[in-house]
Parts: sequence; structure tokens; C-alpha cells
Amino acid sequence: MQTLIHVLYMLASVLFIFGLKRMSKIKTSAQGNGMAALAMLIAIAATLMDLVSQGKIEWPFIIAGIVVGSAIGAWYALTVQMTQMPQMVGLFNGFGGLSSFLVGFSFFWENMIAHHGGETTAVALGADQAVTIALSIFVGGITFSGSLVAYAKLEGSILGKKVPDQPVLLPGRHVLNVALFLGAILVGWALAFLVQGSFVHFLTILVLSVIALAMGITLVIAIGGADMPVVISLLNSYSGIAASMTGFVIQNNLLIISGALVGSAGLILTNIMCKAMNRSLANVIFGGFGAVAATGGGKEGYTNVKSTGPEELAMILDAATKVIFVPGYGLAVAQAQHACRELGDMLEKKGVEVSYAIHPVAGRMPGHMNVLLAEANVPYDKLFEMDQINAEFKTTDVAIILGANDVVNPAALHDKNSPIYGMPILNVHEARTVVVVKRSLGAGFAGIRNELFDADNSLMFFSDAKKALTDVIEELKAV
Amino acid sequence: MFPNLLLVHQAVLAAGPTDAGADIPPILIGLYVFVLATFVGFEVITKVPPTLHTPLMSGANAISGITIVGALFCARFFEPAVANVIGFCAVVFAMINVVGGFLVTNRMLLMFKKKN
Repeated sequence: MQTLIHVLYMLASVLFIFGLKRMSKIKTSAQGNGMAALAMLIAIAATLMDLVSQGKIEWPFIIAGIVVGSAIGAWYALTVQMTQMPQMVGLFNGFGGLSSFLVGFSFFWENMIAHHGGETTAVALGADQAVTIALSIFVGGITFSGSLVAYAKLEGSILGKKVPDQPVLLPGRHVLNVALFLGAILVGWALAFLVQGSFVHFLTILVLSVIALAMGITLVIAIGGADMPVVISLLNSYSGIAASMTGFVIQNNLLIISGALVGSAGLILTNIMCKAMNRSLANVIFGGFGAVAATGGGKEGYTNVKSTGPEELAMILDAATKVIFVPGYGLAVAQAQHACRELGDMLEKKGVEVSYAIHPVAGRMPGHMNVLLAEANVPYDKLFEMDQINAEFKTTDVAIILGANDVVNPAALHDKNSPIYGMPILNVHEARTVVVVKRSLGAGFAGIRNELFDADNSLMFFSDAKKALTDVIEELKAV
Repeated sequence: MFPNLLLVHQAVLAAGPTDAGADIPPILIGLYVFVLATFVGFEVITKVPPTLHTPLMSGANAISGITIVGALFCARFFEPAVANVIGFCAVVFAMINVVGGFLVTNRMLLMFKKKN
């Protein structure tokens, strides 16, 4: 029986690997997701077989847990709006972390608090398990509370309270973070090797949990909205590492393998996001970028702003032969993806060549714009990455910027004093006419002036992205 | 304790001196597995097109719900009750993560597919 169970676990590990491999190619991605889901089913079945064969299983409890969790998960997944995808991914990361945290906690409770023999954890369970229990509590706790903060920032509120998008910089936060980290090591070490007796064990694990949860909050609260793609990918990686740590605790290779796979997938995405901003991971996490904001913003500093409206834009588009849309977070906020597709279709019917340029960190999570436009039925072969499309702007008649700012600021290319200098941008300024749809001249996340707004070939269209697009569609119908 | 790695274990034993490795602590074998799996992850997920960034992330996230295996182990105890209740919560959260994660990933991928 044990052999069969372990063969099934191994089969699940292999299916997870194949599933992830297939998930990274467009043609096979749905199949890959299915394989991973099948692997999960096999893993759960094998675990239940294992429990049955050991003769100790509380069916009502286990079935109730599975049914309740599945129902909530399915309901959420099937009803969530595509625009809410970033916060959903954030929340689910947190649940994964929380589950690992709880497993560590429960395991410790059963072995050290309920059935104590007055020994230290290391003596009772062995140093291996003692250390990994502390680690799974620590990583799981950080993942959980960090993800909740990320969720709150993306959703804009939590439990009815408004949460600002901006970074919140606590005074002395670096000292605080270092103190928490050292505290976690100390308490974790005490939990494993030093303290004994139920009550002291209980207190120690409680303190460790509080430190981990606090650290998740202090780390993520300091990171602003536009850096969320990095944070979400990193938390995704953490949720995998937390699962791996749980694998060490219950000594199960399947958990170690799958957790490590998720850990590396998350790190790959984190790396892609950091590169797209030309910043190091340390800079994103500890930099507090954007907190110095609101100095260069506002109307000051702009001398050559020309504003436009729906009629003029409709006329310009009517005369164009090649148009590129550049969506940003503003598109998501205004939920303008459908209007954008509609305008794109309309232009194509007129024989205009239409494409969409996607900056890797546009939006609030990796691939945010792709998901939104796919929801509006924009074919993905019309979506182009930065490197593919940057040469095209030179021959483009109109580039329409929809709620993007820093990722189209030409200062990143030549102004060595600019905080975003060196960040790869979309070269929209090379288009014949640039139309910036934006609610105001306010600064973007980096808090700096965007010299694009002042350029001779650019027109500002002050409006909400959805309203602007709908108005232009109306005007175009009339042309 | 890590029977699926029995072969690796035996290979390690065969490679080393006869008396060494007789009791390699499980955590070390676990570490081998962890490090190797991390490399497998890096090798397998190469060049993800941006279109797939979100689905890959939510799919990977669903996989991290594998902690359900640990949760089921923790929920099975009748005594002590507290550990059992905590385990029950772990099962619920892991299942939300698993079912929700795979379903929403599938929803997104179908969205990409229908235009092809």
C-alpha cells in the first residue's frame, strides 16, 4: 500500500512538471493547467488512501473541509471579474501561505503542545523537523499577511476601510525589518532547541507567528501600486517555498518538489518584472520608490500642452492608416477594454492597421493588460511586446496612450538625472501623433514630470479612458 | 522516509565509502530534492510569453495548494481536538487555493483560446 501511495505521489510530481512546462506555451497552456489539476487530484486521492490505510481518519471533518473549500474557491473563480484578477491572485497566494502556516501550527500543536513530554522540540522530533516547523510558520505567515496587504492595496479597501495605493513608509522601517528578522531567527531557534513544556511552547509559537505576520505587513505596506507586479510574483514564489517547508515538516517529497517548482516559477516572473523596470529586486522591496512623489507632478513644469477632444481625435483617426494602442493601469481602472476593442474593430473595418503595445509592467500584475484585452476578445496576435513593436512607432500615424504614464516617458532614454533613467520604455514619442488619454496632468507612480506631454507631436485628451473611447466611437460613426 | 527517492538514496550510498551515508538525515535528502526541483522549475519554464504571465502565475499558485496533503494529515486526528480544528481550517484554505486557482486559470486560458 505504501509503495502504491508513493508511486502515485511520484506520478503527481511528474505531472506537475509537465503541466508547468505546457503552461508556458500558448498552444498547450490549457492542457498544462489540466495536467496540473489532475496531478492535484491524484495527490489528494493518494493522501486519503494513506490515511485510510493508517486506520485513522475523521471522514466528516475531512469531507466537510474539502467541500467547503472547493465551493468557496469555485464560486470565487467563476464569478470574479477579469478586472479583479490581480487582487484575486493576491488573495489566493495568501490562502496558500495561510494553509502552510496552519499545517505547521497544527503539527506542532499535536506533537509538542497536546502530547508533551517536557522535552525541547529538537529532542522530541529531531532537529530537522524542529527547524522546518519554525520555517514553515515563518514563511507561511509572511506570505499570508503580505498577500493580504497586497490584496487590500489592489482592491483599494479591506473590510470596508479605504486603503491607499501609495507606499506607506513607517519611520525607521529598515531597522524595524531587521529587528523583526533577527527576532524571528531568535524565537525560531528557541522554539526548536531551547524551550520546553506545553505552555512555553505555546507562547513561543505564538510570538513567532506574530513576528512573521508583522513582517509580511511591514514589507508589503512600503511598496506602491505600480510595483505590485513584482510583489505579486514574489509572494507567488513565497507561497511555493512555504509549501516546500511544509513538505519538510511532514517529510513528503511531493510537497517539496511542487513547492520548489512554484518557487522558481514565481522567481522567473519576479525577474522579468524587475528587468522591465531596470531595477533590482532589493530596490523594489526596500526602495520605497514613489514615496517622494508629487513634487514634479501637477501643472507646473509643462509649457507646451495642447489638449484635444473627441471630434479632433476622430478626424485624426479617420485619416490614419496605422494606429497603435498603448494600454496602462488607467485602462483597467476605467474598465475601458471593451470600448478599446470596439474602436479597434471599427478602425480595422476602415482598413486601418491596428495593434496593441504592451509594456511588461503595465498594470498591477504580470500580464494584466493581456488578460483584460483577451476578455474583450482582442486576438492575442495583435498584442505586441515592447521589443517587437518599438521599431514600429516610427511608421505609425497615431499612438493612443490609455492611462499609461511612466512606461512611455522618453526621459527614461536620455535624462540621466531622471529616477527612471534606464528603464526600457515604449517609444511612442516617435509616432507622428501621440494622443494621451488621461484624467489630468498629474504625475505617474514615479512622481515625475512626463516630457511626452510637452512634446510637439502630442495631444492631451483629458478624460476617463472609457468615456474618451466611447465619445470617439460616436464621433467616428458620424464622420 | 522518502521512498520515492530510494533510488537516489541508493546511488548516493553506492557512490560513497561503504560505511558513509548509512544514515543520511532525511532533511538532507529533502534538500537534494528541493534544490534539484528548483532547477527543474527554472529549466522547464523558459521564455514565457507575456500573454501567459497571469495564467502561469495563477496556475502555479494553484499548485502551491499542494499543502492540502499536509492539511489532510493534520485534519485527520480526533484527539487532540485543537490540532484537528486548525487542520480543518488548513484544508479549507488549501482547497480554496486549489479549486479556485485551477478554475480561474482555465477560464483565462479559454479566453485566449477562443480567438485562435
